[in-house]
Amino acid sequence: MMNITLNNQPANFAADSMTIRELLDNKRFTFKMLVVKLNGKLIRKEDYEQTLIHDGDQLDVIHLMSGG
Amino acid sequence: MRFEDVKQRLNNKTVGIAGAGGLGSNCAVALVRCGLGHLVIADYDVVSESNLNRQYYFRDQIGMKKVDALKENLLRINPDLVIEAHDLRITSENVVTLFSACDVIVEAFDLAEMKEMLITAAALDLAHIPLVGGVGLAGYGKLEALRVRRWDNLILCGDGISEVSEVQPPLAPRVGIVSHMQADVVLAILLNEE
Repeated sequence: MMNITLNNQPANFAADSMTIRELLDNKRFTFKMLVVKLNGKLIRKEDYEQTLIHDGDQLDVIHLMSGG
Repeated sequence: MRFEDVKQRLNNKTVGIAGAGGLGSNCAVALVRCGLGHLVIADYDVVSESNLNRQYYFRDQIGMKKVDALKENLLRINPDLVIEAHDLRITSENVVTLFSACDVIVEAFDLAEMKEMLITAAALDLAHIPLVGGVGLAGYGKLEALRVRRWDNLILCGDGISEVSEVQPPLAPRVGIVSHMQADVVLAILLNEE
């Protein structure tokens, strides 16, 4: 069981830890362009599979869309 | 703060603007009108007729390099502005070279993949410099949805939802408002830091 803060909202998961990729799939964050910050630190796309989220972590998933 | 003090403080500040389209051109104009002294602008595009619905260019500038046209327009507002205009495509490889001397960086791209590239590159290599982006500004109306969101040195202006499409084009009012939200965030950063 893991309680985290996801985009400023409390969120809980049955697993004790999961990778960023697993969480994105689980929450259906399928947006093509996004940036992920774990405890304030930006995580590169190529590290989503290896980076683990733990109880108490703060995760921000920021969607980016075209227009300017 | 009196306007004379605003101008004086901004005169020795440098802002980098990544992209000279709807967000970048309008944000630059606002900052220069407030007295910003130094600007670094980069864009590879040329002014086209379809840009005139929202970007700070004029019909007689169609075909000009955007950075040259913007420089011309900004110098008409303040001939003493020091402007570094780069006619090139911004990549993760040249972000540091272009913007490392800036006090603040403005993300002013059109395409989401470019926004992602710059936000990622800046967070990894220029994390000490605030980055002010524009995300979610297509169409019209829904002004109450526009907001400013902050994650440490990453600040995003816009509704964070509306994406440009055939039936939801970027238009002067909403793009202009978001570009000016960005300019206002930049001012607050530059004027409050001392």
